[in-house]
Formats: sequence, structure tokens, C-alpha cells
Amino acid sequence: MVTNVSANTRSDTLLKVTNLNVDYLASSGTVHAVTDVSFTLRRGEILGLAGESGSGKSTLAYAITCLLRPPAMISGGEIIYYPRPSQDGKDNLRVTITRLTKNGKSKHVKDGNVRSIEETQSINLLQLTPAQLRDLRWDDLAIVFQSAMNALNPVMTVGAQIIDVLRTHRPHMGADSRKQRAIELFQLVGIAPDRLRSYPHELSGGMRQRAIIAIALALSPEILIMDEPTTALDVVVQREILTEIIRLREKLGFSVIFITHDLSLLLELADHVAIMYAGRIVEKASRRDLYLHPRHPYSYGLLNSFPSLHGPRRKMAGIPGSPPDLRAVPPGCAFHPRCPLVIDVCHEVLPPLESVRGEDPGQLVACHLYNPTFNATPPSTTDLAGKYEALAEESGAQ
Amino acid sequence: MNNPAAGLKEASVDHDQGPILEAVHLCKLFPLSSLNLSGKKRAVHAVEDASLALKPGHATALVGESGSGKTTVARILAGLYRPTSGTIHFRGEPAKLTDKSYLRTYRRHVQLVLQDPFSSLNPVHDVRYHLARPLRIFGHAQNKTQETEQILSLLNRVNLSPAEQFIQKFPHQLSGGQRQRVAIARALAVQPEVLLADEPVSMLDVSIRLDILNLLLRLKDEERLALLFITHDIASARYFAEDTLVMYAGQMVEGGPSDEVIQHPKHPYTQLLISAAPDPELLGPDSEKGVTQLTTRGEIPSLINPPTGCRFHPRCPHAMPICSQRFPDRTELGGGRWTHCFLFGDDESTSQKSDNSVKGVSMQTAQSETKLEK
Repeated sequence: MVTNVSANTRSDTLLKVTNLNVDYLASSGTVHAVTDVSFTLRRGEILGLAGESGSGKSTLAYAITCLLRPPAMISGGEIIYYPRPSQDGKDNLRVTITRLTKNGKSKHVKDGNVRSIEETQSINLLQLTPAQLRDLRWDDLAIVFQSAMNALNPVMTVGAQIIDVLRTHRPHMGADSRKQRAIELFQLVGIAPDRLRSYPHELSGGMRQRAIIAIALALSPEILIMDEPTTALDVVVQREILTEIIRLREKLGFSVIFITHDLSLLLELADHVAIMYAGRIVEKASRRDLYLHPRHPYSYGLLNSFPSLHGPRRKMAGIPGSPPDLRAVPPGCAFHPRCPLVIDVCHEVLPPLESVRGEDPGQLVACHLYNPTFNATPPSTTDLAGKYEALAEESGAQ
Repeated sequence: MNNPAAGLKEASVDHDQGPILEAVHLCKLFPLSSLNLSGKKRAVHAVEDASLALKPGHATALVGESGSGKTTVARILAGLYRPTSGTIHFRGEPAKLTDKSYLRTYRRHVQLVLQDPFSSLNPVHDVRYHLARPLRIFGHAQNKTQETEQILSLLNRVNLSPAEQFIQKFPHQLSGGQRQRVAIARALAVQPEVLLADEPVSMLDVSIRLDILNLLLRLKDEERLALLFITHDIASARYFAEDTLVMYAGQMVEGGPSDEVIQHPKHPYTQLLISAAPDPELLGPDSEKGVTQLTTRGEIPSLINPPTGCRFHPRCPHAMPICSQRFPDRTELGGGRWTHCFLFGDDESTSQKSDNSVKGVSMQTAQSETKLEK
């Protein structure tokens, strides 16, 4: 169950995004980059977001960290963060934030009541002031960007950059303990601590990305958002970084939102995968469900876009057409102009994201083909495969 | 030959026999400018001993990580870099790439498609300009009418339709996939026989990649193009190419029919590359986490002071003392498979064997060479 978090599992929920909308205000019209996106991130979960470029996945990452700048703006929805019930180890700042931004009735709740704290101790990230956000970022919410070379400061050693973070966020920490922490962090991500004195250009691509991850983990955040962290890296290095992320996740227990266009990667890494198309989530499922039986024709097409290392060599077809222009998203289901299984209703009615009737409730799909009102027999994975194969033959015959 | 360009045009094309473009023992050093005057000259050893043969209607994939020298090989073959040593044979004759008029004719037959369609097209010119230039320069179109006609047919061949609309578009009005199609059309405009595709899909969206690959495959069959497909993605090499060559740090380590190389990799580096590739099929019913652990760590070594012998030996789990002493000879494994690795080849057969085997990329090559000598 990903969406409906009942009361007894609420302590498990770390981040809840509800009906989030992000628009870019352009002179040629408003671009709806993220539309009506909802998901829940649980503690210790790796959530994968996959989609083509322009599907809104990076915008979503920026929105969660409140890093969007004009012309982008969040035009609706909320992002609720549930911090771990306050521990004595953490400093008071966070408790202050929570107090400041507790939702509604929280003023009347006494601190002793654990259950009500759990219910109310949530922060709507969209209502925080810039100063509060600054406290929250890195402490609770860290982000790893795609291009490590651009994310690191070229005129500072990597060690100085870690210490800089610690100095800003942990002003009471002594110089020695800061240094000690930096050494610990480098060891954690598998770089020799003597490289702390290296400048970014002296490190290889893989090491830079490790250094970025070390900086992101400096304050033991609860959520790590990774925006295409391995796209610029070679396969072998990519594999090492992924192994590292999984190891660290098990050791430190943070949650990860992993954004990539490489679905085959997510199927190995993520617990749950959400597929985005034209700013909306079109399918959300556990990685195994998605791999074994993708429901949305787009998900199938995306899965089928990666040639396999095994099995017979067969003619494959990509998804026809190209991603839509977000200034003019097709009406109804945005995927309908490219969909090989399109039916009439797809042109007009937007399909809601809901579970497939009578089957595993964890798999949500936004597709009319699974709605008995529009389509009596929902397609099976073989049906999807058949349509795409016909497409491949057609293109081969051209 | 006094006029190599003329000779090239007259040469009859033997489609079914032997490679059209062949590179033997290519080596490329990029000298480094050094402030240290007394020290010896340093250089980046980008490619050391690369040999390959491209046949009409046949795709060969060159796989390797960044820094393995695969792009350098493509650029040498395209005549953009001059090899430090080694020879290129075009239609069985040594290509005189230093001769300007020869190079011009050579480029008429060997074209390169670059990786990044966002920077390989000129942003201030429209599609017509990009496609008209090669047509005019190489004399395929004499006047405006012919030019338009040919441009439209080119656009249709790369599935850009309606072609009449695309002809006047500027690069910024096109998506990445469309730009790459224009780049491919531009390469096809000169009616080449060899197409060198340097990571043609790695900058594109996943859903579009297969379309471009299928387009190239169709063109390969229809026009009997000899294709060199450079990629870092070994799975798409298997999908695309009949033959796969694996490069590591400037050295070719393994080659042969794609399926053989990928299903039964012999060289430890090929094995590493394949185990690192994302593979959802590892999601067995029992596996809790599909992510496999690698046996090997580290990255491609510096090519300024590359490791001696086999350059993979510092990372190789099977490294033996001899691996650091010299680069292993080529070992033929049968069925067109070969590898440079001491695990499979013994050192008793000396350089003579390797010379023979490199020349005999296909036996027909050797035959055509002897014919020419006569």
C-alpha cells in the first residue's frame, strides 16, 4: 500500500505529497510541469521516479526541496513532512520549527500525548519561511544533483566543502570534531580520507559523485533526493555507486527518492517505482509488479525500450512519436497520441490513478483500459506486448 | 598512384567480399605540452593497437567506458585525427589521408554521426541548409530543384514527415530525436558507404533511442551501409550489431559475434562490463535485492602513464605476474571470437601468430590484399 496510509502506519510515513502542482509562468503561456502528483514516502524506502525528459521528474524533486525559483511556482497541493518524533539527541531548532508550523489544532495538544504528536507533528514544507527551510534542508532533506562537477565548488577542496556544511549547520561543533566527521564521511562512502585535500578536478567522476553523496549525508538527513546521480557515469562506476547507496541506506536508514530515466536501473534498486508522463504519475507499483506486469501502455513501452542482455534477439519498437510539448498537452490522457491501444474515451477523459480492479491494490495505474465502463476486458501484459510487436513489424516493413 | 582520388572512384565495389574499411594496428598518442623541458615528452596514450574491419551491410559495435578510446578510433577512421601509427585500408587500398584531394573523396564515402545532436547542428541555419551543403559540395545536386527534391527524399528516409514542413525548421524547433534524424540525413546526403555512429542515441530520451537504432538498422539493410556503432551500453550493442568489439583503456580486449561475446564473455573486463550493466532479469523470485556486487573496483587508469602490459591488470581479479610485463597476443577462440588475455592464450606462440591473426580479421581480407599486391 503506497497511498492510503492508515493511522497505525502513520509513524512509518516520512513524506506525503498531495495533489502537487508546479507551473512555469512563461510568456507563451503557463507550462504545467507537474500536475496533481501525490505519493507517500515511507521511512527507509527507496522510491524511484522514472520518465522521459520533460516528464516533470526533476521539477518535482526541486519542488520537494523548495528550491524552485521563478518562473516556476507551486500552484497547489501540499508537501507534508513527518519528522521522527523528537529525540533528545537532535538539537532544538527542529522542535521549534515543528512547533511553529504544526498543523491546525496542534496548539491545544500537550506534548506528553505521543499519539497526538504523531498525528500533528508534521510540517508543511510549503509554509516555511526561507530561514526555516535553510534549517530543514541538509538536516532532514538533502539533494544529490546529476552533474557532480557542477555541484562542487571548483576552487575549494572537497574537505573544505564538507566542513563548510558542518560549520553552517552545526555552529557549536569544534574544528577538530568537524574534521573528524569529514574523515568519517569519506570513509563511509569509500574514499580514502587523504583525498579530503583534493580539489574537485583532481577526482574522477565516480569519486566526485561519492564526495557529493558524502556531503549530502553530512548531517544524517532523513530524506535523500537523488536527481539522476549516475547518468554521467560509466556503467561500472554507476554500479559501484548504486551498491554504495543501498549499503548506506541499510546502515543509516534514510529514505531515497531516486530520479532517473533509466527504468532498468530502478527495477534493481527501488522498492517502489512511479512512472511519470507529461507531469503526471501514470503508474505506481512495487518494482516486481512493474517488471512482471506493467499495466500502463507507456510503462510497458518504457520497459520495452531497453534491449536485453539475455534471451532471443528480437525486433523491438520504441514508443512511437515524441514526448508532448507541455505548453499544449493533449486533452484526455496525455499519452493517447502515442498509445498503441488507444480507445475513444482516451481522447477526452483524463483517467484517474487507481488500482486495477480485483488485483493487487498496490499497483495504481491511470489508464481507461482497466476501467470496466470503457473497456470490458482489461489488457494483459501479453496484449500490450502484442500491440508493440505489431508496431515493430510495421516499422520494419516501412 | 598519381591520382588517388581518381583511382578511388573507379574502384569497383565488391559488396559481398571483404571489409570496405579496415584499420590495422591503429595507435594514437596525444602529446602533452609540458613545462618540464628536460623531462621526456609525455603523451596521452589514447589508442594503442586497435584493429577492426567494417563490411557492407554489417554493423560492428565498439563497446567501452569513457576514456577507452572508442571515440578516438571513430575520429581516426573519419579522417579527423591522423593516427600515430597503423594503417587504414579503404576498399582494400591503403587510405592516403594526408592527401587533401584523397581525403575529400574519402569523406564522400565515410561519414560520421556525432553523439550530441544539440551541438552538431548549426543553430542559425535551417534544415535545408544543413542538408543542402553536402549535396552541393559533393555535386549530387546541380540546381535548386534537384536539391529540394533530394532533401525531401532524405527527410523521408529518416522518417521526418511531413518533409515539406521539416525542411524549413531550425534546430531549436526540433526535438532531440528529430535533430539526430537530421544529423543522420546529413550524413546520408553524400551517399556514403561507411557510417561511423559515435554514441548516436546516448543523448536521446529512452523511448526514442530504439526508433533511431531501428532507423539505422533499416538504412544498413537498405543501403548496404557498413556501420560502426560506438556505445557504452553493451545491451544495445547486442541488439544492434552482428559483431562486438570491447575496448579498455585504448586496447582492444575481446571481439567476435555479439551474442557470443555477451552471453559467454571471456576477458575479465568484458565480464565486468556485463555484470555492471543494469539487468532487471536478475529479479528472480528469491532475490531480495537484485543489485549484484562487483568483483572488481576502480576506474580506467590514467592514459598518460598507463599500466604496463595488459592495462586491465591492476583491476583484474585473475592477474598474473606476466600480465604486467607485456600485452597478451591475440588468441583465436574459434567462430570469429578472439581475445587478448593470458587466461586463454599461451605465450609459446610468438608474435608471428598474432600478426597472422590480426591480418586475418577475415580470410578474404588477406586474399584481397594479396590480389592487390599482384
